[in-house]
Formats: sequence, structure tokens, C-alpha cells
Amino acid sequence: MKNKIKTLLTIAISALTLQTTNVYADNEVNVYSYRQPFLVKPLFDKFTEKTGIDVNVVFAKKGMAERLAREGELSPADVLLTTDISRLIELQDRNLLQAVSENALKSAIPEQFRATDDTWYALTTRVRNIYSAKRLGKVAFNYEDLADEKYKGKVCTRSGKHPYTIALVSSLIAEHGEQYTLNWLEKFKANLARKPQGNDRGQVQAIHQGLCDISLGNSYYFGKMLKDEKQKVWADAVNINFPNQKNRGAHVNISGMAMAKHAPNKANAVKLMEFLTSAMAQQMYADMNMEYPVRAGVSPSKLVASWGEFKADSLPLTTIAKHRKAALKLIDQAKFDL
Amino acid sequence: MLIAGIGASVDLFTHLWQTVLPDYILNTLLLAIIVIALVLLFGVTSAVIVVHTNVYAKQVLRWALLLPLAMPAYLVAYLYTDLLDYAGPVQRTIRAWFAWQSPNDYWFFDIRTLPGAATIIALVLYPYVYMLTRNALSFQDQSILNASQTLGLSAKKALINVAIPMARPAIVISCSLVLMETMADFATVHYFSVNTLTTAIYDTWLGYGDLASANLLASVLMLLILFAVVSEQKARAQMRHQSNRITKPPQPIVLSRTQQILASVFCWGLVAIGFLLPIVLLLLMAIEYSDFSQIALLTDISVNSVKVSVIAATIAAALAVLYSMYQRFSQDKNKHMPMHLSGFGYAVPGTVLAMALLATFGPLDHGINALLTSLGIDKVGLIFSGSIFAIIFAFVVRFAAIANGTVNSGMDQIAKNLDYAPLSLGLPFNKMLIKVHLPILSSTIWIAWLLVFIESMKELPAVLLLRPFNFETLSTHIYQLISDEMLEQGAIGAIFIVLLGLFPIIWLNRVKEAK
Repeated sequence: MKNKIKTLLTIAISALTLQTTNVYADNEVNVYSYRQPFLVKPLFDKFTEKTGIDVNVVFAKKGMAERLAREGELSPADVLLTTDISRLIELQDRNLLQAVSENALKSAIPEQFRATDDTWYALTTRVRNIYSAKRLGKVAFNYEDLADEKYKGKVCTRSGKHPYTIALVSSLIAEHGEQYTLNWLEKFKANLARKPQGNDRGQVQAIHQGLCDISLGNSYYFGKMLKDEKQKVWADAVNINFPNQKNRGAHVNISGMAMAKHAPNKANAVKLMEFLTSAMAQQMYADMNMEYPVRAGVSPSKLVASWGEFKADSLPLTTIAKHRKAALKLIDQAKFDL
Repeated sequence: MLIAGIGASVDLFTHLWQTVLPDYILNTLLLAIIVIALVLLFGVTSAVIVVHTNVYAKQVLRWALLLPLAMPAYLVAYLYTDLLDYAGPVQRTIRAWFAWQSPNDYWFFDIRTLPGAATIIALVLYPYVYMLTRNALSFQDQSILNASQTLGLSAKKALINVAIPMARPAIVISCSLVLMETMADFATVHYFSVNTLTTAIYDTWLGYGDLASANLLASVLMLLILFAVVSEQKARAQMRHQSNRITKPPQPIVLSRTQQILASVFCWGLVAIGFLLPIVLLLLMAIEYSDFSQIALLTDISVNSVKVSVIAATIAAALAVLYSMYQRFSQDKNKHMPMHLSGFGYAVPGTVLAMALLATFGPLDHGINALLTSLGIDKVGLIFSGSIFAIIFAFVVRFAAIANGTVNSGMDQIAKNLDYAPLSLGLPFNKMLIKVHLPILSSTIWIAWLLVFIESMKELPAVLLLRPFNFETLSTHIYQLISDEMLEQGAIGAIFIVLLGLFPIIWLNRVKEAK
């Protein structure tokens, strides 16, 4: 009996391990993506159409860097797609990337949107907007206003631990220092209409329902809500504001790409990266996700452009990323989520 | 994990302790207590009603009460928050009816709280307690109950003072399974904005990037659970719960009209809230939003899900059988170790387990490849950590506790004297195991298999992290959509998971009936 089980197990294990996808095939490129596949798939399909190279995607929201680190030189990953500057920096810090110094890439992407050592490139930018109820009228907001007493009980936001929030807090530390930011966090928390919960669109929904008057949210969600039957009423109830226009400008974040250090299909990976920075792909990617393209000369979609021109905070993203750990500590100290 | 935890940063730990850790721990304990209290209430009561009373539609209720098992907890969480939130349809309708404008005008319970999360988790997990308790009650020796009644106890008192205590091992085992599942949960509590110890583990690892401290916290969590599990097992070791084969089924208590209504409302309420309402909501969403061309894609993905779940269930069940034999017949002092270890696996959050596996198999793969290279053979890549082997291993590790617990309690039911009779008649030990114990255990083994199958189908975080390219399961598929609050588009996929989970549940029930 035991022998039978042993044999069965051995057969099973061999069958399973032979299931690994053959990732060293000629016409393939492997992508690890923080972005959901349905967002990037149309783009990859176009790429395959043009070049005949197949794109394999693995989507995982958490722990991608860990996986890469463990896989080491046996990792099948070629290109990495992320949705936040902090993730790119983490990959860079842990030495999981390799430099891609193709001129095509460097000339397409402006300097402040790529790594100084050529290890990562931004593909799109997004703004962290303040959404305000239309009933408030037109107001020139600053992020600092979120701590203002006049908004007591009127503010909704997502978790303080979410990367988007952490990035914003980091930018505040870079501008005002830690003491000010801790104070701001505590006052911000006191202004909340409810415990931080839900996602960016959920906050706008709450504004629509009268639970609060202002919230934080990324720019592209506005477009997404307008396109959705059920959510359109939410978007119609709010104004989308670009904060801090009278001083440093609105806080931006990026989605980006990088090449894995041990990429097995390097040539194909470079082709994919060049494709993603081409004018056509930039247009497509930005339009699909309702973000701002990064390549000079490519304008955002009509809808996105209709939200207005704005001044972006010119603080280098790498500086913002440096304050990330400090930001987390302050958020914990203020017990923001609790 | 423990070893990795040694490198933990004292600074970070102090910082966490001074700020949020006490709240996290308190929340974890509260969550555990409320969930256990609720599953006991839901599970034991419904089991008693179904086994010992003549409640209306008993035959249907018997298996209907199991249905919530098919629902992944995170799915039910999303559905109910959507439904009951301030901006959701229920509150909106109420506001419209009464012309209320703001939250200050009325009171409505806030679902996104700790009690809310605990209730949802309890609604999805109570079937474990229900099932094992029902089983134990059905197979109790009726003559003991009759005897207690002859001695003066009313039927009700006999239940409370004799039958339920005799079912204690089953109740306790199922509660510890529920406890571990609750500890491991991240998706549900995260969605409810309830911060527990598991939140801290994720925070430290992904937020602060400190894997060592995360491991340390995870070890603390494991120790707490180990403590609970071991003390429960020690307390139980004193009792003898074997019963002989039943002489006849328990005599049902006749309920009065009011009692019938109460009992039916209670039981059907559980089924409705835990299963019927969610499935109706999903169907509505699917009809409105989903693209029916998805079905072809979903069939492919379902095959993936089923494949890994079947293999994992088979391995887990086989190991559980081996282990329970070992436990019963071995004189080894440490024979309880595997059970405790498997308890660990169950309580570990899926992502943490995945990391641990990558940490184990990664080096193994690298070693193999290095060896092959040195022998001049081509590299084979990540055959362990990069294939579905890792996923299946993760499932087995995670769900071994369920299989072990189930098969163990089944083994406990076999009278001890049955162990020795065949031997004294000349049957060799091996043959006895195969010819006597296994057949008696067969339905229990089936149950263990089915439980691991259902859990594997629902499991999300471990698969998300460990899967190779182009390998989607149903749970990862709907997760991409859920994670952006696009549940509507994922409704069809969710229905698939539930349907595929239903088959085992109905089977489960058939197996029990056949007993």
C-alpha cells in the first residue's frame, strides 16, 4: 500500500514539474505585471500582431519583487510593469533590474520620468486629485487643506497604507518635513467622515450620497466613472480639482516598466519596451487607462484633456520615494486607519 | 520562518509596538472570539435541530446548511458591503422611503466594522462546525441518551447535558479549523478595513519591506494558535469518545408550532444569508454585466482550478490517512507533532506561505540547475518553485489540517477493541489496516478529500503568487476584477467557483447519508 502511494506520488510529481511553461522559446517575451491583464492585454495583442512575438503575462498585486528575488537568475521574467514609483524604486534598490540604454527609449521619455541609471522608464503619469462635491462650488484646493477645520466630518479617503496615500504623504514630508506632516495627518484623520475604507471610486460614491464633501482620488478614475453606466452619476456630482496650482503643483505618480536583471529573452524584451514608448502605443495605453502619456508630443485623450491643464509638482519622483519609510511610520503614529 | 525571523529589526518592532501593534492584537483576539462564538451558535444549534428534532423539511435542510461552504469568504464580503454600505441599495432605498438626507438622520449598522467582518466570516465558516457536529450527533450511541432519559432527564436536558458534551471533540476540532481559517484570512478583513495581526504581517513585509520582522510577527501568530490548539488537544485527551455502531437513529424531539417556526427561520436564515442571497446577487450581476463569450475562457480556467484541487485533495487525504494510522498505533511520544504542524499550515496566510515555499524551493531549484550545469546538461529552469508543483504543495500544506482533523475524528469513532480483535484472529497488521480500518474510514476519507478540494478551489493569495505563466485559476481570474471593484464583470467566474464547489458539497452529503 505504502509503495503504491509512493509510486503514485512520484508519477504525480514528475507530471507536474514537466508542466512548467517552456519560457526559453524563441518568439516569446514574459511579463510580470502589477497592472491587471485586461488593462494591458489589448496593447500586447497589438504588439504580437506587429512583431509576431507572443507575450506571456503573470499578474500579481503583492510580492512580485520577492518572487523575482527568490527566482534569481532562473527567473523567466523579462519585462516588469508597475503602477507606482515606490515599486520601481524597490526593484531598483534590490538590484533586480538591468539597465536598458537604448537611444529610442531615452529620447522618447523625458529625463524626470526615467531612472538616472537607465533601469526604469515611466510609461504614463497620473495625478492625485481632490474630488469635491459640486455643491461646494469652485474652490482652489491644496493638499494641506485636508487638515483644515472647516472640513471637519466632510472628508473621505481610502486606507492610509495604500501606496497612493503613502506617496502623497512622502511628497508632503519632502516639502514640509516630518513634524508638520504628522500634525497634518492627525488633523486630516480628525476631519474624516468615516474610517478609511474602500477605493478611490468608493469615496466619490460617498460624496454623491452626501456622506462627505471632498475626497482624494487618482485622475483616471474620473474617466472610468464617466464611462460606467452605474458610476456616471457619481462623477457628475463632483468637480475634479488639481491641487496646489498656486504653489508647487499637483502630486503625480507614474506607471512604468523595467527589464528584469536575468531576462532570458532580452532582445524581445527590448522590442516590447520600445513598442510601449512608441507614439502609437503611448496613445493607446494612455487612452485606455485615461492617464497622461509621458512621451513628448503625445497628447492625452480628449476626455482627459477636458479636465484642464495643470501644473505638476516637479519634485523628482526618486526624492518622493526616499521618504516612503518615514511616511509609513508617521501614518502608523497617527493611527490613521484605526 | 522562525529562523528568518531572527534577523528582525528591533527598531521596527518597537515602533510597531508603540503605535499600532496592540490594536492589531486586540482586534485579532476580538475577531477570533466573536467568530468562534457565532459559529458555535450557528453550527451547533443547526446540527442539533437537524439531527434531534422533527423540523419541517429536515431532509433538505440537512444538506442546505452546508451550502455556504461553496462561497469564498472574500466574495461574500464584497457582496454584502456593496449591498449594505451607506451608498448601497439597501440604505439608499431606506433613505428614499423616509426622505432622510444624511447619516445623522438615522441609525443603520455599519457593516465595515469588526463585528461585521466577524459575522460574514462566521456565516461562511459555520458549515464546518455544523457538519462535524451533525456527524458526531448522528453516530452517538442512542442507548446512552435513552439511559439518561430513563434516569429522569427530559429530552432537552439529555441533549444539552449528554449529547452535546459527547460531541465535544468534533465541535472543538471544527472550531479550531475555523479559528485557523480566520487567522489566515487577509482579503476579507482588509476589505472591511479591520486591522489585525495579519495586517501587521503584510504591512511589515510589503510596506516596510522587512521580511525578517514579518516572519517574526507570523511566528508570534503561529505560537498563539499553537497554544490554543495544543491546550485543546490536551483537554480532550482525557476523554473517551468512541461509540459503537448505532443501534437505531435518535428519536426526534417533536417541536411545537412556535418552535417549528423559530427553528425553520433560524436554519433557513443561515442558508439564505450565507448562500441564497449571495448567489442571487451574483446571478443578477452576471445577467446585467457579463459577457457570455467569457464562458469558453472560463471553462479552460476551470479545468486548471479543478486539476490542481483534485491533485492536492488526493495527496492531502492520503497523507491524512497515513498520519492517523500512525497516531493511533504508534507509541511515539511525539506522535502529535504532525497534527500541530499541519495546524500551522492552515493558519498561515496564503501569501506568507507562498513566500516560505519560494524560500524553500527556490534554493532547491537553483541547486538542481547548478548541478545540471556542472554536469554539462542544459538548465531545466524552475521546476519546483516555478511550476504548479509549488501551488499543489502550498495547498497540501495549507489544508493538511482539514484532512488530518477530519480523518482523525473519524478514526476516533472506531472502537478501540476493533483494533485488536482481527489481530487476535490471525490477521497481519497491514492487512488489518487495509481490510478493516480503511473500509470503515472510507466515507470519512471521502469527506476529507472533498473538504480539501473545496478549499483549494477557493484559495487565492498563494496561487496568485506561485503560479507559472499562462496559468489562471478561477480565483485569480475573478480576483483581477474584484481588486478593482469590478465585481460585476467577474460575476460569471464567481458563479463558476460556487457551482464547482456545490458538486462536492452535494456529494459530501450523499456520502454521509450512505453511512
